[in-house]
Amino acid sequence: MRAFSQLLDGLVYTRSRNGKLELIADYMRSAPDPDRGWALAALTGNLDLKAVKSSAIGEMIRDRTDPVLFEMSRDYVGDLAETVALLWPKREDQPPEIDDGSLSLAAVIEKLQGVSRASAPAVLATMMDHLDASGRFAVLKLATGGLRVGISARLAKTGFAQAFGLEVDAVEECWHALSAPYAELFDWAEGRSERPDPSGTPFFRPFMLAHPLEEATVDLKDYAAEWKWDGIRVQIVGVGTQTRLYSRGGDDITGTFPEVAEVFSKRGVVDGELLVRGEAQGGEAASFNALQQRLGRKAVSAKMMADYPAFVRLYDILFDDDEDLRALPWTQRRARLEAFVPQLDASRFDLSSVIEAEDFESLAEIRAGARDAAIEGVMLKRRDSPYVAGRKAALWYKWKRDPLTADCVMMYAQRGHGKRSSFYSDYTFGCWTEDGELLPVGKAYSGFTDEELKGLDRFVRQNTVKRFGPVREVEKTLVLEVAFDSIHESKRHKSGLAMRFPRIARIRRDKPAAEADRIDTLRRMIG
Amino acid sequence: MSHWIEPYPTGIYVRPADAWIDPSTPRERALVTHGHADHARGGHGHVWATVETLAIMGLRYGTASGTAVGYGEEIKLGGVSIRYVPAGHVLGSAQIVLEHAGERVVVTGDYKRRPDPTCKPFEPVPCDIFVTEATFGLPVFRHPDTGSEMDRLLVALHANPDRCVLVGAYALGKAQRVMAELRARGHHEPIYIHGALEKMCRLYEEFGVELGELRPAAGLPAKEMRGAIVMSPPSALNDRWSRRLPDPITAMASGWMRVRQRARQKNVELPLVISDHADWDELTDTIREIAPRETWITHGREEALLHWCMTRQIKARALALIGREDDDDTGDEG
Repeated sequence: MRAFSQLLDGLVYTRSRNGKLELIADYMRSAPDPDRGWALAALTGNLDLKAVKSSAIGEMIRDRTDPVLFEMSRDYVGDLAETVALLWPKREDQPPEIDDGSLSLAAVIEKLQGVSRASAPAVLATMMDHLDASGRFAVLKLATGGLRVGISARLAKTGFAQAFGLEVDAVEECWHALSAPYAELFDWAEGRSERPDPSGTPFFRPFMLAHPLEEATVDLKDYAAEWKWDGIRVQIVGVGTQTRLYSRGGDDITGTFPEVAEVFSKRGVVDGELLVRGEAQGGEAASFNALQQRLGRKAVSAKMMADYPAFVRLYDILFDDDEDLRALPWTQRRARLEAFVPQLDASRFDLSSVIEAEDFESLAEIRAGARDAAIEGVMLKRRDSPYVAGRKAALWYKWKRDPLTADCVMMYAQRGHGKRSSFYSDYTFGCWTEDGELLPVGKAYSGFTDEELKGLDRFVRQNTVKRFGPVREVEKTLVLEVAFDSIHESKRHKSGLAMRFPRIARIRRDKPAAEADRIDTLRRMIG
Repeated sequence: MSHWIEPYPTGIYVRPADAWIDPSTPRERALVTHGHADHARGGHGHVWATVETLAIMGLRYGTASGTAVGYGEEIKLGGVSIRYVPAGHVLGSAQIVLEHAGERVVVTGDYKRRPDPTCKPFEPVPCDIFVTEATFGLPVFRHPDTGSEMDRLLVALHANPDRCVLVGAYALGKAQRVMAELRARGHHEPIYIHGALEKMCRLYEEFGVELGELRPAAGLPAKEMRGAIVMSPPSALNDRWSRRLPDPITAMASGWMRVRQRARQKNVELPLVISDHADWDELTDTIREIAPRETWITHGREEALLHWCMTRQIKARALALIGREDDDDTGDEG
């Protein structure tokens, strides 16, 4: 258990992506079977355990410790599992704060699989007695069903692939043919057998992505234009008997949007944008803000599904039945998609239309005129482009709607992470109310150059008026021109507004703070 | 309560000696347990402390009028017999043992029970009233074995030859203890240090604590510090100072590192739970061992320790002393 709990600790504290990948790869190379397979399942969210209720943990700790001391500790630490992990009083005959090595990860999983509601407190307590604080924390997190180490399934698989010099896409292609603890996967990775055959099970294929167009122009003879919808990119994979919905990172989000997966009974793989319908939009696609109500939920209520009905606007087709279409040019895939969509439930699936434009200039006009809440911009796709994983130069471009901008005043600053941990690089900024009060409207940590960052950092240090832990409040004198894609009503800030993708466009040292924008002006930009 | 020892928010007053223990405001006569700024302030008329503590105070506040008291030596002030006994906290740290009117009182200052190569170990002294600290007075604070924490530091160092490990540690005590522990484990490479550590390290060496080769980090090219340990006070960990270092792995040596959120808030990648204070088990074991008639609990999380005493029928009270660092955000101690 110690190798696994050390891995989890490392993942929690390590900031850099490469650092996390190395930790995972090292573990995958050195841990024994079947521990490492179970670890891979845990990291990718594929560990299917009956979750132990936190009340069982409460019962377990009450048997062992003074409830007043426990409550005081919990007040201080915050998290229940961490509090229990830290203060667990071992039985007298057990070595204190040492993982005695008697419990492997596989043994822990086996015990957790066999646990019932009644037996949970005793089973957990016995395990606690053999572990150190990190091990206890790991077991309690496994038992309650949330590791929360801040990595995606994709990152875990990338770490696994890196361990054995494999391509992550090759791992991805066979992933869903397998189940924990993935013995066949390790056999293949270490050259003992062929790659597992994934046919018959739904699995994720990596998305094709786009570069920003920036200042370039393209010839519409070579490129087709489509709307870029402001939802979340999804891949729907149907194998006839079951259907799965995957997010951009390869996470299975079927359970979050069951109404979409349920009605897709075709065999095939399609790529599209998941959106919700809004009343204000007359049943058409609503803004990202409305969709956000449904994100990140494991279970979804009937009311949620009724209030924010989800549908998918389809962009592309990767497989029609068993036929792999990915090597075909976009024009041919588009024709296949247009033939495929009418066979689907029209209330849950429609086709993202192609924008007809004479030339690039007229497309620019159409794009500038688009003020639909759910349109984020325009996509430009080479008519002969195959469907390839990742971002390939000059095949697909995204051309976002020109951002909105507002002049805001810096209010608070916080240090960044990783390479930026010595810089005040996260800024909260505000706009003026009628009464001349400054209220926060957003937070941004990008858009500036390294040189500009140094200047901003210096400003924060020289103009600090108060400190709240890691946050500094600054003199309200510096105007930041903030660019953002859209703005919505929100309870997050006192101003009642929240920006989507805010970033610092320019630093307006020339502008007096009193001349920054008013909240009213921003409110009129809600679209 | 009428007694010859009177606790006030600004310190403990010993009436028959007309002297204050660790006063937080300038006093005519001060008995100081150790050199940390929340116990040893400048501006007192006359200070009684160990020779090491006086030297530390001299370094921080300039020369002050003081009497050096050796460990175990007995002095008399206004009919009170006073002894300084090792507290095991940092170089020169002492418990103050006071006897008067047939009663013995021990004021621990800060203490720990674990071995520390830079100072003399804590000596338990039986007494009537035991005045204990409670910095880590919650059962979640159980410091792991120092050796296992040092091993984690060395493993991270050797696994990353192109980077450096930057260890944040309090400038008085923790920094020198980590250095001495590294040397004891056969790490004899130069350790690069922040300017704020230099004088204190030199003072330790003058008192015979060997710290090995220390080099100032200032002005060196980053590549010279690859694969090395660099040490700074915690406040410099994520500050401009550390930008010059070769892709540092940020470590911090502190008892607070046991709580994940505390480590995360400070952007620490390698939290090392190494503390110069007694953890919960040491606090409670020490009270049991000394078995005083009364326990007075000073700075820290007094409430939990008070509750523990009450449930064991140990007579106890909490003293609210001000100006003691409750947190490492400002004092960096832990």
